[in-house]
Amino acid sequence: MTKNTKKQKPILGSGHRACAGCGQMIAAMAVASGMSRDIIIANATGCLEVTTTPYPETAWGVPWIHSLFENAAAVASGIRAALNTKGDKKTKVIAQGGDGGTFDIGFGLVSGMWERGENILYIAYDTEAYSNTGIQASGATPISASTTTTPAGSNSLGSSQVKKDMIAIALAHGLNYVAQSTAGYPSDITNKVKKAISHSGPAYIQILSPCIPGWKIKPDEGLSMGQLAVQTGLYPLLEYENGVLVNKSVLGKNKKPVKDYLEPQGRFAHLFKDKKGKEQIKEIQKLADKNIERYGL
Amino acid sequence: MKNNNKKKIKIPKGSNILEGSRAVALTVANIEPDVVSAYPITPQTHIVEDLAKFKADGKASYEYVRAESEFAAASIVVGASATGVRTYSATSSQGLLLMTEVIFNMAGLRLPIVLTIANRGVSSPITIWNDHQDAMTVRDAGWLMFFAENHQEAVAQHLLAYKLAETLNIPAMVNIDGFILTHSYEPVIIPTKAQIKKYLPKYSPTKGSYLNPKEPMTMGSFARPAYYQEIRQSLQDDLSNSIDLIEKEYKKLQKTLGKDIATKDSSALIEYYGKKKAKTVIVAMGSVVGTIKEVVDENKEVAVLKLKVIRPFPYKQIIKNLKNAKKIIVIEKAISLGNVGPMASELKSALQGKTPAKIYSIIAGLGGRDITKKKINKIININSQDTNKAIFIS
Repeated sequence: MTKNTKKQKPILGSGHRACAGCGQMIAAMAVASGMSRDIIIANATGCLEVTTTPYPETAWGVPWIHSLFENAAAVASGIRAALNTKGDKKTKVIAQGGDGGTFDIGFGLVSGMWERGENILYIAYDTEAYSNTGIQASGATPISASTTTTPAGSNSLGSSQVKKDMIAIALAHGLNYVAQSTAGYPSDITNKVKKAISHSGPAYIQILSPCIPGWKIKPDEGLSMGQLAVQTGLYPLLEYENGVLVNKSVLGKNKKPVKDYLEPQGRFAHLFKDKKGKEQIKEIQKLADKNIERYGL
Repeated sequence: MKNNNKKKIKIPKGSNILEGSRAVALTVANIEPDVVSAYPITPQTHIVEDLAKFKADGKASYEYVRAESEFAAASIVVGASATGVRTYSATSSQGLLLMTEVIFNMAGLRLPIVLTIANRGVSSPITIWNDHQDAMTVRDAGWLMFFAENHQEAVAQHLLAYKLAETLNIPAMVNIDGFILTHSYEPVIIPTKAQIKKYLPKYSPTKGSYLNPKEPMTMGSFARPAYYQEIRQSLQDDLSNSIDLIEKEYKKLQKTLGKDIATKDSSALIEYYGKKKAKTVIVAMGSVVGTIKEVVDENKEVAVLKLKVIRPFPYKQIIKNLKNAKKIIVIEKAISLGNVGPMASELKSALQGKTPAKIYSIIAGLGGRDITKKKINKIININSQDTNKAIFIS
């Protein structure tokens, strides 16, 4: 264990060891800005854990635990149960994980936590691949993205599967608060965290977090990619309270073609090389258009 | 599990005839954990059902968290224990295997979690019956490991397990034979809450050692090569050095609650039964020792050494009791496939250079096969030259 002796250390301080321009770190800082100090965090294995807690250092100024890759949700349930026995209703419990820990290996445990209806906020930092272990595809990887386990090649256009719709799955569990945001809009993240914390009961926030090496983008492109994901309709800002969509990103005339979002990213570079790829970009445009229609963006 | 018609069985005052699972559940309820979490399948016992019923009937105040898998149940008690409260769960067989990643993690995080394992075989082929393969498979995880011969011993070991776990910050598991103990009825004395409090006070971890917004701390850091080995070594040192404390706590338990509750043995680690310096000594653990004791009663040339604690491994006590034997027979309900029984290996390692005796690895009782007196008598007469081979008794 690593003790924080300094008083009022920031919730998430400087001194992390993430990549320059890391989208997840931008998102995590925005999340921390929305938190109060009466919290306990359970964190899954992943970039956020590795880069903020190299023993004996820690970047966390609030109580924080990492157990394993897939169990942040269940550890959070245990923390909640322990606080209940102490009569502590004030302390908020937050679980955090990446898309691998949320969409894939920890999926059953996230569902179990939601099923129990506990007062826990779960935050998924969605980098759309296993960023910490070498950019392998996860259930959150979008169609056509080239990853180390769905590489593009003469017989492959990258990932052949579409992204798992975790927002719909969260809503199906009847959560009080469900929201989607991206690292392109840090203040939107902060506001959503504040709102989620003000709700009692289970809440889920999913944040698209551009990964510099994973997406093969420049360190200064994290924010703009987070914004383009929203402006194309591929990853809209969404907010549901008690199952009702109460806020969304409205595009109108500012709508951008998906090409603008895909082209700077090395993980989609193969789509711009030949006719087959260009046809596939049209399919991705259809996914964005479907979102625009579905959410009325 | 004594059933000797020739002897009159003495039933201590205050006993009730209880199912093993019920005896454990009542003891755990009186220990007053704050958080209980469990998953009911693969396969469970009545222990967690009883604990749920006590809560439903308003007889217990713990938080009972229903988990969606053993993996989740184990993870839930991790979160609760890390927040500074007393926790409990129970499992067996496939459930323990599914928990295994968390089992190692609990020890590494130095959480004083207590688990009951209703020992059963593992798949494939699928079985629900008793053997020790489940527990033996996690013996490297960094836990205190107790094995009970009967209900009363299981009760006493749960009290010891909590006391030691909370003193050492090392998790502890109490192993009781599935069906043979969990589903059988025996006279047993359940200590009351007031009695337990005298031995095991309310759990109060030191400030700053658990998750608390008033004293922020980071648990479960990422350790690079410069730190990892030292952290693992400190767990090994604390676990290995706990032998004397286990004995001390057992004496204290006997003194505080009396020997009818705490059991009568002179050691918490081992029990030697039979003629001193017997030429043939059987080594075993769990409920089968009851049957072996009957064989010993009838054959004065044979003794039995019961292992009650296998982690930490009580090698000094084992050497002391086995150094005069000419033939050592380790009867185990588990095997390290491709080698011999795990306890036979460990005994050979502990006794290296201490005895010229032959040490046999006998595998019996896998997947619930009965180990009868007839089989034990057959085992005593084994006379093979090859002691590096596991001998299966069917």
